[in-house]
Amino acid sequence: MAAPAEQASPPVAAAPIGTGVAAKGSVRFGAAAEAILVPIGALAVSLLLFGLFTAFAGVSPLDVYYNLANGAFGSWFSIQNTLTRASPLILTALCTALPAQLGLMIIGGEGALVIGGLFATMAGVGLAGAPPIVVQVGMAVVGMIAGGLWIALAGGLRHYRGVNETISSLLLVYIAIAILNHVVEGPFRDPKSLNKPSSPSIGDANLIGTIPGTEIHWGLVLGIIACILAYILINHTVFGFSARVAGGNVRAARMVGLPVGKLILITCFLGGAAAGLAGMIEVAAVQERANASLIAGYGYTGILVSFLARHNPLAIVPVAILLGGIGASGGMLQRHLGLPDAATVVLQGILFIVILASEVMYGRIALFKKKEA
Amino acid sequence: MAGGSIGLWGVPLAVFGGAVRVSTPFLFVSLGECITEKSGRINLGLEGTLVMGAMSGYAVSYYTGSPWLGVLAAGIVGVFMGLLHALICSLPKVNDIAVGIALMLFGIGLAFYLGKPFIQPQAPFLPSINFGWWSSYPQVQAALKINVLFLVGIALAPILVWVFRATRWGLILRTVGESAEAARALGFQVIPVRIIATCVGGFLAGIAGSFLSLYYPGSWNERLSSGQGITAVALVIFARWNPMLCLYASLLFGGAGALGPSLQSVGVTEGYYLFNAMPYILTLVIMILTCSPKRMLSGAPGELSITR
Repeated sequence: MAAPAEQASPPVAAAPIGTGVAAKGSVRFGAAAEAILVPIGALAVSLLLFGLFTAFAGVSPLDVYYNLANGAFGSWFSIQNTLTRASPLILTALCTALPAQLGLMIIGGEGALVIGGLFATMAGVGLAGAPPIVVQVGMAVVGMIAGGLWIALAGGLRHYRGVNETISSLLLVYIAIAILNHVVEGPFRDPKSLNKPSSPSIGDANLIGTIPGTEIHWGLVLGIIACILAYILINHTVFGFSARVAGGNVRAARMVGLPVGKLILITCFLGGAAAGLAGMIEVAAVQERANASLIAGYGYTGILVSFLARHNPLAIVPVAILLGGIGASGGMLQRHLGLPDAATVVLQGILFIVILASEVMYGRIALFKKKEA
Repeated sequence: MAGGSIGLWGVPLAVFGGAVRVSTPFLFVSLGECITEKSGRINLGLEGTLVMGAMSGYAVSYYTGSPWLGVLAAGIVGVFMGLLHALICSLPKVNDIAVGIALMLFGIGLAFYLGKPFIQPQAPFLPSINFGWWSSYPQVQAALKINVLFLVGIALAPILVWVFRATRWGLILRTVGESAEAARALGFQVIPVRIIATCVGGFLAGIAGSFLSLYYPGSWNERLSSGQGITAVALVIFARWNPMLCLYASLLFGGAGALGPSLQSVGVTEGYYLFNAMPYILTLVIMILTCSPKRMLSGAPGELSITR
């Protein structure tokens, strides 16, 4: 995939895009092909670099690729593992992708997940005795509000106080983790949890369960629904259009009278609510209680998912499944090849860097230009 | 008098000693980031550089037996991390904040990957100078044990002020950061200057990492750094890109960070985690108080994406 990219030469790249009205269709096709081929090319380059990296550690890259593919999609078991991991990634990616429409770079999904999970657990414990569906809906609503307010805080600080949202959202991650640790070790601790301080359990009966015939919990479906809703919101509503205008040019947006502050607050709230829902699902489908297991790094991988998907909610789903697969194969790489468990994080880091560097390629691939001429 | 108890006086004393210890990584990262940002780029990846520096410094100190070689190695690794950031950011259309986030994840992952074998063994630590020899109280002696790197950092801050203000290099750096077009018109090479500034920033952040693993807390594990890198980046913003203010802010942060452990040492364990989160809360509060949506921050380099 790297080959056509290298052919990009300045004279060809300088040719005007679409020499006439008739060329417009092929430009559109070229852009679409580009939007798919550039990320795939970046993925191939990243795998190549990761192969080189493991070769230095004395492990054959081919073995690595085989185990990556096998661990991610090789069996029904690994596919289920991959899809289960993809579900929080889909939701935390929305936490970066939605504010990104407004030009904000929020990287605090981990914090919203933790806070959402913690408050959802409190709601679940508080609603003990109610019918499971009431408990589950209550947990989801409270978790989403908590996560939403957490990120809306970062957005609000940006708009009303000029505080950089990237830094403040990351600081809020550390503060969220401190609050979680404080609460589950003190006021909200289950006295029975000895080695690993945890909140009381929400109860077996209130778990949200799995999709029939699989081990995959319903979080995956909720995530996909959230992405479809986000896509409709951004691309097919006045709200989404306003947000994109404000993201493109804040001054122009103010000029035409768009309520930029409100747009920022609502969009950040929705992004945070998605991550808060991820936290609620982690509790209601996996952990059953709030504890340090909520801090699993899904929020950080979600940032990568969002960037890989170029902040497009529909593209988030396949990308999250891909990265869920990389995460799922970590155990395989560790057991079969003796690579440390951080190997998949290294691969993610390489992928992130290559994807950002590949921005250069857009509009420069000679292959598409020639077709237009 | 020897070895007597000094009661609650131990808390401010321990906070002082802790401030000196805890502030050192903040100081080095913020001075490094200050140089990078003066050139008009922001490197959010210093968190990753810090962890890489901690790991490589520890590993080299373990293999060679010399902690100072460890510090040097950490600095060199930091230069490479900075170079990576600088080169990718020099490509057209690439956003420096996003690259920083990527390098943060990459650096942390790589450090955990390569650092696995060094979690158990014990590496030789950096020496410190005992300024408390005159006191018979062990608490006073402990508080006045000051690491050489801290003294280097204290000296570095005024030197940087002078470099920025009065040298040719400082002028070129500030011009490039203020206006790339003006710099080009004057015949300065914008991109090479930014690459060098980012590498120097990485060097200092790498050294900050080696301080974490080789002095305080003084071990290599995966929970070593918890946001010192990113906090220091924020610190540069409210220190108004002034190295001396970076020094004072680092000390303040160090004190805030030392509060939790100090209270714990005299038996106050209530709210331990919340006290440990003090540096982050403090950063956020100070940023809220000092930032403004209306005007550009005074002293901000004109080319900096984060303030535009």
